[in-house]
Amino acid sequence: MSMAESVGAAPYPDSGRIAARFAKLKAEGRGGLVTYVSAGDPDYDTSLEILKGLPGAGADLIELGMPFTDPMADGPAIQAAGLRALEGGQTLKKTLAMARAVREQDADVPLILMGYYNPIYCYGVDAFLEDAKAAGIDGLIIVDLPPEEDEELCIPALRAGVNFIRLATPTTDDHRLPTVLNNTSGFVYYVSILGITGTKTVEADAVREAVERIKRHTDLPVAVGFGVKTPESAKAISKVADAAVVGSAIVERVKSALDEGVEKSAIPARVLEFVASLAQGVRS
Amino acid sequence: MSEAQAKINTFRAGPDETGRFGMFGGRFVAETLMPLILDVQQAYKDAKADPSYQADIDYYATHYVGRPSPLYFARRMTEELGGAKIYFKREELNHTGSHKINNVMGQILLARRMGKTRIIAETGAGQHGVATATACALFNMPCKVYMGSVDVARQSPNVFRMKLLGAEVEAVESGSKTLKDALNEAMRDWVANVEDTFYIIGTVAGPAPYPEMVRDFQCVIGNEVREQMMEAEGRLPDTLVACVGGGSNAMGLFHPFLDDPEVKIIGVEAAGHGVETGEHAASITGGRPGVLHGNRMHLLQDEDGQVVEPYSISAGLDYPGIGPEHSWLHDMGRVDYVPATDKEAVDAFQYCSKMEGILPALESAHAIAHVMKLAPTLPKDHIICMNMSGRGDKDVNTIAELMGVSL
Repeated sequence: MSMAESVGAAPYPDSGRIAARFAKLKAEGRGGLVTYVSAGDPDYDTSLEILKGLPGAGADLIELGMPFTDPMADGPAIQAAGLRALEGGQTLKKTLAMARAVREQDADVPLILMGYYNPIYCYGVDAFLEDAKAAGIDGLIIVDLPPEEDEELCIPALRAGVNFIRLATPTTDDHRLPTVLNNTSGFVYYVSILGITGTKTVEADAVREAVERIKRHTDLPVAVGFGVKTPESAKAISKVADAAVVGSAIVERVKSALDEGVEKSAIPARVLEFVASLAQGVRS
Repeated sequence: MSEAQAKINTFRAGPDETGRFGMFGGRFVAETLMPLILDVQQAYKDAKADPSYQADIDYYATHYVGRPSPLYFARRMTEELGGAKIYFKREELNHTGSHKINNVMGQILLARRMGKTRIIAETGAGQHGVATATACALFNMPCKVYMGSVDVARQSPNVFRMKLLGAEVEAVESGSKTLKDALNEAMRDWVANVEDTFYIIGTVAGPAPYPEMVRDFQCVIGNEVREQMMEAEGRLPDTLVACVGGGSNAMGLFHPFLDDPEVKIIGVEAAGHGVETGEHAASITGGRPGVLHGNRMHLLQDEDGQVVEPYSISAGLDYPGIGPEHSWLHDMGRVDYVPATDKEAVDAFQYCSKMEGILPALESAHAIAHVMKLAPTLPKDHIICMNMSGRGDKDVNTIAELMGVSL
């Protein structure tokens, strides 16, 4: 299959922020750092302060987790983070408000919402896309929407100019890869392990091969996540992929701070310090 | 819904190639699982076309499960309630004590055809877990059963049975610690072990092809009832009644009758403390369409799309959704779904035990509760067939506690 057929060249204009950020990373000659936090964890204000601090701490792209009661592809760390946020009263509406606040402060950082379909379905797909776009959202990663369900949200999102970032996994073979890449835009998120978030440790050599395999099918940047936990592994992954995604290890910082009885006002500094060490990893 | 007004020729043609029954169903799963889901779909299609697969299922149904299960005329209840004639389809007499084994045998034989070497399952009341553990012992396959820790506590006899059968039982501590969380955890296991593991889902829900596959395996119930009722009464029943959680025993009874418009069909949902209290598991009466566990179905959820924790005294009905085909049959108006409360189910449990000498599962007792309301309002020549989906031995601790008896 030729490139033109296999790459979902978006026929509708998007914000351009994701492509611009990856172009900048390329110019700097390094891989990027994508950071995931659960919106509203442990509460709205603390979470917003963390979010606003992420670009300054060195995050190149931000994934904002939309909490869901039943996150089937997530390990214990992100499950717990989502539940803390829900207990704190987080809703999809509040998550969008949070995104808007970050966007007002930073015009360039790509903002990507990540989560599960039901809260969006419940919100109403059209209303959600309109509000997400108005809030400055650049892309969506929806774990439980494979290409087979593209009509649900992917196509409407692309039409609305919101990137739909698909997950590719070790089980996505060369035969299936074109199906997964079709209608994918922004970047490809490679899930480096078989399993749920935060449970296994990624191996850079296996990732290198997988990234090369995906790049034979697409010109889109490839970010790698689901097992990147330390500045060292972020560094190793950023050498073989366009970006490393860290999620569970970041939200664990919120949990450990809570467990140690750290005051809420001190949590953002704790989390951002860790993000800065990851950022140093991808820059070294 | 415009679809509901459209006339259709058959209610039995679903799902379509996208795994949908109307708007319900589908394949809402993570990419890691998607290739495997498509493999299962293809393997099931191939198996259905292979006479030796059906021959295997029939062999085990006859010699291991003990099919056909009897159709029993409940004479004392019929006389005492004073209206319609009441028949029980005796699925509780199957090996392992419920209808669950029908589905498990079909799926484990499919898993073997696919060369899978490890089995996982979720369970609520433990009936599906026991059936799966049993089949895994029979075929010498390692088995891990996920069960919410709340259910582990209230269904302890079944937990011990599974362990005796050689299965590993994992008590799930996440979320509400009941059936939905057991399903989440089983899915997480599956994602991490796609290569060697087959997930035997116990109900008519989950990503396609599960709702269709589980229905097909359970249709033996309704197919037998058709034959047995013709033999007993020379005609089809007038009304079918079954309890619904996810809905597998009900679908097995209902599906072969969907295109017989003269047969009225009723599913009984668990109303817990009453639908109005918010503490219930009645997904149709109290829910709306949502996406969970790989499919769109009627789902208990809040205004933000967060799944609401269901409640029922019956662990097997304590689930926030109802299978996609039921959701569709509801919207099409072909099947009526009505609630029965904990109290009504517990009263029915005791009534049936004393009147017919049958301890029903608390799940099935919900169906009995509705039959007790319905039968007296109907003429004596009206025939009700109710699915006695499981036996109540597993529930004696729960009932004893309610009665203030310490065992």
